[in-house]
Amino acid sequence: MGWSQLFIASRTPGAPPPPLPVRVLNCLLVWLALSLVFFFAFHQLAYQWHWQAVGANWELFVNGWLCTIEISAAALVLSTVLGLLLALARRSRVLTLNYFGRVYVEIVRGTPLLVQIMILFYVVAPALRVPDRYRVAEGVVILSCFSGAYIAEIIRAGIESVGRSQLESAQAIGLTRPQIYRYVIFPQALRQTLPPLAGQFASLIKDSSLLYIISIPEFTANANAVNATTFSPFECYIPLAVGYLILTLPISLWTRRLERRHKFET
Amino acid sequence: MKLKLEQIAKSYAGHRALDGVDLTLADVRSLVLIGPSGGGKSTLLRVIAGLEYPDAGSVEINGERVVYEEAALLRHRRTIGTVFQAFNLFPHLTALENITLPLEKVHGHGPAAAAEIARQLLARFRLEGHAARRPAELSGGQRQRVAIARAVSIKPRLLLFDEPTSALDPEMTAEVLDMIKELREEGRDFILVTHEMGFARQVADQAALLAGGRIVESGPAQQIFDHPATPQAAEFLAKVLKY
Repeated sequence: MGWSQLFIASRTPGAPPPPLPVRVLNCLLVWLALSLVFFFAFHQLAYQWHWQAVGANWELFVNGWLCTIEISAAALVLSTVLGLLLALARRSRVLTLNYFGRVYVEIVRGTPLLVQIMILFYVVAPALRVPDRYRVAEGVVILSCFSGAYIAEIIRAGIESVGRSQLESAQAIGLTRPQIYRYVIFPQALRQTLPPLAGQFASLIKDSSLLYIISIPEFTANANAVNATTFSPFECYIPLAVGYLILTLPISLWTRRLERRHKFET
Repeated sequence: MKLKLEQIAKSYAGHRALDGVDLTLADVRSLVLIGPSGGGKSTLLRVIAGLEYPDAGSVEINGERVVYEEAALLRHRRTIGTVFQAFNLFPHLTALENITLPLEKVHGHGPAAAAEIARQLLARFRLEGHAARRPAELSGGQRQRVAIARAVSIKPRLLLFDEPTSALDPEMTAEVLDMIKELREEGRDFILVTHEMGFARQVADQAALLAGGRIVESGPAQQIFDHPATPQAAEFLAKVLKY
């Protein structure tokens, strides 16, 4: 066995994966390289670590993390509903709806979330006389409006991936238009859309961090608050990164599994 | 079945796919549409199926005129079993579910009754072992047979086959044609578009040759195949029966 086999996977398609020790070795190398870079960087900084000050505020971190989960979960449901409606609007023959869907998607996807939060929270919400106690709910709505535009495009692509012949068969057996969507298009589109949808949900979780600018007590806002009193940015932001990773990593792995399964099915 | 087609015309983007099709058959069990590719066979079948709106003309089945409006067409399609060249089945449903879907959602059968009808049909066509399989797990021939079983399951007044075997290899073609023949012997009315001339001659009692969007010749199948009256039909048949 040559040295190269320790580091390079086989070129043959369908070859078995490299043996476990080889994989472990390469993982370790990646880990070592990353550690070295960060160790060196932080060493240069000669940073004084104050974990105790931050540790004393652990409750704020936990509460913020839970708040982020709540907001993300609620926004996930709402943005899916919104995305579905927008996708249908974009396919609608009613031109007003169709154009609205288009304009909405382009504007929301083309502008920064930060600006959208500002305008919706400081301009639109007060105009609608939304009481301040609904701040978290407003955050959920704003995030859903943003994410809904992306989900609309994902769902639209999924619907369009269902072939014309399928629609024709569905028509030929006498299904009505809503039935065609319900029994033929959606079940097939769902499979197409699940992987990108899961990816969008991971983004949604991270995007929820921008809600700190309207003082919703989510994860990032609370980490900021702790930093403001303890002046220990890294001790605040490193747990923040880890906290988000705990939420997004499983989704990312799940996405990959969905993609694999989808490949086998078609 | 009584079939009356009058002056049917249909154009796509300037191309006249059907250019005034006239055909009156007082009593036909099985009609086969033959002719060169692009001659309008499939378009005509789709107009009869209620999947395409003709630009002009009328279709009458058993004295009943087909109304080309969405609500009426929906009712019309529900009395007709259509089988296309390929991709008839829904890939996310099993063979059994493909058959029960229209029975339950369109024809109002309960789930148990629908499953029973589907099971009986699958058994009759020796497909019972495939009931739980998805289309991707079936051969092309099995897929077409399940599609035909689905078309038959609703007890249609008319079956339409649009080149049901052109995407299949010869062995699978035979199993599908056997099934169509069986339906013919059972006395089902159908219209078949096909390039399988030998089979067309066997099962059809009437034949019509379409070319350039018009019916060039029509009449009893034996007569058309053995003694075509028009030079165009003679030429077409000589070409396709050469090998």
